[in-house]
Amino acid sequence: MKEFSYIIKDEIGIHARPAGLLAKEAKAFTSKITIEANGKSADVTRLMAVMGLGVKTGAEVVIKAEGDDEDAAIAKMQEFMSANL
Amino acid sequence: MERYEGKSIYNGIAIGKIWFYEKSEQQVKRVKIDNADEEIKRYEKAKEIAIAQLNQLYEKAVTDVGEANAMIFEVHAMMLEDADYNDSVYNIIQTENVNAEYAVATTGDNFSVMFAQMEDEYFKARSADVKDISERVIAALVGTDTDTGAMDEPVIVAAEDLAPSETVQMDKTKLLGFVTRLGSSNSHTAILARTMNIPALIGVDIDSSWNNKMAIIDGRKGLLYVEPDEVTLAAYKAEQKKDEEARELLKSLKGLPDETVDGKHIKLYANIGSVADVANVLANDAAGIGLFRSEFLYLEKTDYPTEEEQFTVYKTVAQNMAGRKVVIRTLDIGADKQVDYFNMDKEENPAMGYRAIRICLDRVDIFKTQLRALYRASAFGNISIMFPMIISVDEVKQIKRICEEIKTELSENGIAYGDVELGVMIETPAAVMISDELAKEVDFFSIGTNDLTQYTLAIDRQNAKLDNIYDSHHPAILKMIKMVIDNGHAEGKWVGICGELGADTSLTEKFIEMGIDELSVSPSYILPIRKIIREASSV
Repeated sequence: MKEFSYIIKDEIGIHARPAGLLAKEAKAFTSKITIEANGKSADVTRLMAVMGLGVKTGAEVVIKAEGDDEDAAIAKMQEFMSANL
Repeated sequence: MERYEGKSIYNGIAIGKIWFYEKSEQQVKRVKIDNADEEIKRYEKAKEIAIAQLNQLYEKAVTDVGEANAMIFEVHAMMLEDADYNDSVYNIIQTENVNAEYAVATTGDNFSVMFAQMEDEYFKARSADVKDISERVIAALVGTDTDTGAMDEPVIVAAEDLAPSETVQMDKTKLLGFVTRLGSSNSHTAILARTMNIPALIGVDIDSSWNNKMAIIDGRKGLLYVEPDEVTLAAYKAEQKKDEEARELLKSLKGLPDETVDGKHIKLYANIGSVADVANVLANDAAGIGLFRSEFLYLEKTDYPTEEEQFTVYKTVAQNMAGRKVVIRTLDIGADKQVDYFNMDKEENPAMGYRAIRICLDRVDIFKTQLRALYRASAFGNISIMFPMIISVDEVKQIKRICEEIKTELSENGIAYGDVELGVMIETPAAVMISDELAKEVDFFSIGTNDLTQYTLAIDRQNAKLDNIYDSHHPAILKMIKMVIDNGHAEGKWVGICGELGADTSLTEKFIEMGIDELSVSPSYILPIRKIIREASSV
């Protein structure tokens, strides 16, 4: 399993659109990718669940990937987070 | 004539007939079904139709309101494809053997409640999005049209609530404004209304009997008039016409730099008297606030405003201006501005009496409260502080000492503050004459021409008998302005004008030639002055 933590810079937080795009990106991998925030965890491919975490700006999240393509998945997630959130 | 109050979303005026819009509420019945697989197929098909509609809406919205605002429909389509949402629909159909309409309605309700219970306003507002997509799928299942319906003539739409898709679908040329009972100022519908410049009020106690009645939306005051009388109607029509003219000017000048033909940049800032004016500052595209009169905080109250109250106000303004400069002038009362709880003695000649910085340096506790609030707020934006009625270098030194004390206190308590420029108003002949020395002490000058003229010409502005000799273009004043600019520049400091003369369009070119760096004027003057700046030359 691979993971990284990230601090959200987007001023609204993880809002609908990036959450939707993030889900799309995550679906391209076979690994299970999760996001943890506020003591809760959600499957990244599940947009409503991710929004349900209510992640605000300045919050720290941990993204974990587990599976055959976990290295590539983590790299992609890192790239996406820093470009969009 | 009836008058209603609401929360304004966009500061405009709309005049027209009301069209009472009622959603064709989908009455969803719970029906037992035999074949769950067939029902899931029905759902899948309806979802496809809904997604296709959303894609079309997205295209329309891109053209109407721009890509950033059209995103909502892309997001709606994504939400419809969400695994949890779909799992919930499948699950309800399969375990309860019920119709897809019921499964979608229940799922929509559950998710919408989840969002409605979240703390953050943004996430709370997403509750309406879930409802909107669920209604769309149900409409596709039932086979009804979700069209908002054609409006024959331009109307003010009154509705319980409007979904973003409904707002975008309405023919913009026929939509004068809208009033709703529900909705939040953070909702996408509100954002769309602002983008489309549609006057809108939320939280209005709407009534279906209004249908077809004449109405006025006053977005500035958050008022709705139903069946206005002729006087009110005429007044608002005149106001609306002024707005239109201003908008035309705005369209051609908004976003353009305040630069002369030969490339000299002028800081064109706005004067404000309260937080409520900030919207107007932004709407008129000012590059900053050059004079925020902090008096209103004191004048509105029956007792001294607390540090916390002041901090909140300054912080709000700084944040709303998002990094643009905000020059806040410290308390300037006395003379014509009296505040009861200061218990000041009656004076023979208040204009030359106990006022402004003289009060602050005498009652340092009041001054320090304000400065602490200002420094704390400076962590949230680009705040500068300006001191009124200065006549000596010693005053400035005292002020700077107090500011240093405040900063030390804040640092010791681990409270953040930003980089704050300190400046003085030049509004006494004394300050003009010593402006060379003052320039060494401060970061900027702002010339207050109203008081400067009164003190220089020895003319009381309130005295109507003297109007004929009160000459605001008096050569003495213009020479003083030139002197202040030169003395400021000699020390590398910027110099502005925040008095009424700054907005005198007949002098704008002259000020530019003199080398002025900043003009701070009422928000409504920003664009007319921008026009002159852009046609002027600095040499």
